[in-house]
Amino acid sequence: MAGIVSCGAYAPRYRLKREKIFTAMGWMNPANRANARGDKAVANFDEDSLTMAVAAGRQALSGLDRAEVGGVYFASTTMPYKERLNAGIICGALGLTDQVRAADFSGGLKAGTSALLAALEGVEAKRLNNLVVCAADCRLGAPASVQEMVFGDAAAAAVVGSENVIAELRGSFSTTHDFVDHYRGQAAVFDRQWEDRWIRDQGYGLMIPEAVRGLLAAAGLDLTAFSKVIYPCRYGAERKRINKLLGITPEMDQSTLLAEIGECGTPQPLVMLAAALEEAQPGDRILVVGFGNGCDAIHLQVTDRIKTGRGGTGLSGSLANKAELDSYEKYLVWRNILPGDLGLRAEEDLWTRWSLLWRNHKAVLGLFGSKCLKCGTVQFPPQRICVNPDCGAVDEMTDYPFADKIGRISSYTGDNLAASYNPPAIYGQVEFEEGGKFLFDFTDCDLDSLAVGQRVGFSFRRKYYDAKRDIVGYFWKAVPLKEVD
Amino acid sequence: MAEGIKNKVAILGMGCTRFGERWESSAEDLMVEAFVECLTDAGIDKKDIQAAYLGSHFDEVNVGKSSLPLSVTLKLPYIPITRTENFCATATEAFRAACYAVAAGAYDIVLALGVEKLKDTGYAGLPGGGALGQTYNMIGAGSTAPGQFAQLATAYAKKYGLPMDRLKQAIAHVSIKSHANATRNPKAHLRKAITEEQVLAAPMIAYPLGLFDCCGVSDGCAAAIVTTPEIARRLKPNQDLIRVKAVQISVSSGEETMFNNWDGAHFEPTRRASRKAYEEAGVTDPRKEISMMEVHDCFSITEFVTYEDLHISPKGGAYEDVMSGFFDLDGQLPCQVDGGLKCYGHPIGASGLRMLYAMYEQLLERVPQERQVKNARLGLTHNLGGTPHQNVVSVAVIGRD
Repeated sequence: MAGIVSCGAYAPRYRLKREKIFTAMGWMNPANRANARGDKAVANFDEDSLTMAVAAGRQALSGLDRAEVGGVYFASTTMPYKERLNAGIICGALGLTDQVRAADFSGGLKAGTSALLAALEGVEAKRLNNLVVCAADCRLGAPASVQEMVFGDAAAAAVVGSENVIAELRGSFSTTHDFVDHYRGQAAVFDRQWEDRWIRDQGYGLMIPEAVRGLLAAAGLDLTAFSKVIYPCRYGAERKRINKLLGITPEMDQSTLLAEIGECGTPQPLVMLAAALEEAQPGDRILVVGFGNGCDAIHLQVTDRIKTGRGGTGLSGSLANKAELDSYEKYLVWRNILPGDLGLRAEEDLWTRWSLLWRNHKAVLGLFGSKCLKCGTVQFPPQRICVNPDCGAVDEMTDYPFADKIGRISSYTGDNLAASYNPPAIYGQVEFEEGGKFLFDFTDCDLDSLAVGQRVGFSFRRKYYDAKRDIVGYFWKAVPLKEVD
Repeated sequence: MAEGIKNKVAILGMGCTRFGERWESSAEDLMVEAFVECLTDAGIDKKDIQAAYLGSHFDEVNVGKSSLPLSVTLKLPYIPITRTENFCATATEAFRAACYAVAAGAYDIVLALGVEKLKDTGYAGLPGGGALGQTYNMIGAGSTAPGQFAQLATAYAKKYGLPMDRLKQAIAHVSIKSHANATRNPKAHLRKAITEEQVLAAPMIAYPLGLFDCCGVSDGCAAAIVTTPEIARRLKPNQDLIRVKAVQISVSSGEETMFNNWDGAHFEPTRRASRKAYEEAGVTDPRKEISMMEVHDCFSITEFVTYEDLHISPKGGAYEDVMSGFFDLDGQLPCQVDGGLKCYGHPIGASGLRMLYAMYEQLLERVPQERQVKNARLGLTHNLGGTPHQNVVSVAVIGRD
């Protein structure tokens, strides 16, 4: 049996009201008023598709043994690296072993479902097991464009395996068309699209029905057998027409979350699937369609295991954990659309030493420290000589993962002098509840809400960007949790 | 058994430039300025100097590495010179090395000079660079010095249950006192008196530290020539002998950073270095025996907790001492008598020697009456470099017989 074992979904904390975008840029495109509704989920300045994929992947892996994971498939059209395996960085951040399969899926927006299918089929063929499929995108529309308004940032992940599956693979059907609705060339920053009517009528209008009908024919089923149909199409009128054509009732039609997140690209069908699985019942059939230069239609059937809760509540959790981004200009600076001046202090040239990173990759990517086998003291970064003054054992260390531990703030500050895209730069000493401590950058928080003693979790984030050499450096930051005691 | 260097070394001469935004002066100019004063004070010829130590910290905007800048600038004739670097304790390290060279009997007359040119960076505050190592660039918080030290305040307030507004008031007094002292010192960088109102209304630099909680970023140079007490007495028969009573260094072991036994509200190396210094100097009750001191007030909160870490104020008792004026110029233990880092300024590699210069001048009663500490016998200096959780501390005691 091949299927989904667990899933996760992630929307960044910041939401920009589309009305704000229209207020700023509507003068240039008055027709965009029609899109000026709801929120656009916006990645924090230290997030990108890769960090969001890690966030969703960690949710999906929650409670599962990392040693059992067979690999990572990462789908995105906005990967930080063209050459350097992005999925490999995710493997490091998820704390996986080295002997795993990892691959990047890209090119078209259906890469999310293609990666999911590749994983399902690899498991079905008994060649692979427990793959983490992550999809995330952080697509940009030029200021005043429709895309700027409707796109949103998000990620989703699913662990695909053969045991304890909550939704089993029943079949699939794929099409491939070099039908160009949206595209970006090698050097493009912004999405470009052809006319809406063309995308709507010749794209979604023909290709979604083609894929759905193809799958139903192969399965010998009627659409009424399905509880949910998941497909991306933000055009309201067209969606109604497709639903009517195929017999998708309002109850079966899974929300695209356009008003809460936005059109999020490769993770779109997987985010919707995560939402569907939060509410699914045993026996439910779900039809998932990915769209973009063709379609993938995937037929899943929910098992009794759904009752274990492995469908997750990551999406509803993410949707609830939101803060309004109070400034459109801040969004522009965060995405480097508006080149804000960080000051001379930010212009120091700090090289990325790849050999140094390689030696430290478990600490940097996976937040691994060491635990002394002699006295049990855990410490970060990894040490050869135990820091416990009463121990001092040499080379008696084992790897110790900190990423999923809870910490407490022991001191903090909000620094207005430090170069930051979201000043003040907030950082402080964090003591892990189970031992160990480190000075972390904090993120996704406000200075006023912090207190010594407050609990924090940890999130994989962009640490720096070297614009001169086009290098993104990653590390972990502390994310204050709400409760204080 | 090692017995330390108490009374084995005497200060023969000292020099110190005006600190400040010395746009007109290069690091080399500053070295010449301090050296000429120092050599004149010592009353010797340049050729009498047998060895030298150069302290400088930031390579990037300063004189560069090695001992060559000192040798070439001062035209020292092929003598042994070593560059010392140990964060903000850099100049005290140069001094310590010079003292050890004399105490060991290796040389008779040795120069220690510390210099820093900070105002060629183009921005306020200190440059970052790779000071904490390349690994730190990958995993360290994107911090600055004010933010690192500001955390002392949040941790201290929590530990002692001191409301932040009261702590802010106390550290404001720390700065007000240093400004008041600096108004009387023509060599100080910042020479304006300030009020509590001004301090509390100043822009926030790093919560909870405002502008007046942060010391000046300055250019400057300071120097000392040390020798044996016998030579000093022979060369200066009519002057009080200023002897070195103790120079101690303590360096974090990694415990504060990685082991869960540090409260974030004190400097462990200061506690250790000061204890060792008192031991070396034979001081048993520092609160009573130390006449005056210059401590490392890079930030007002640093000075505040340092009072406790030097075993002068009881733990949790700095607030009472500060508010009662204990450390004011007319208090029981005047502190920052020349304005401190806060107002005299803080060219990293020169500060330790600048502090010693302040104590030396006081002990020789060379300063005007209005800022003279009465009956000063023992002066203490304290440098702290790095961050609260990982640092280098020096404590020196010099005295008049």
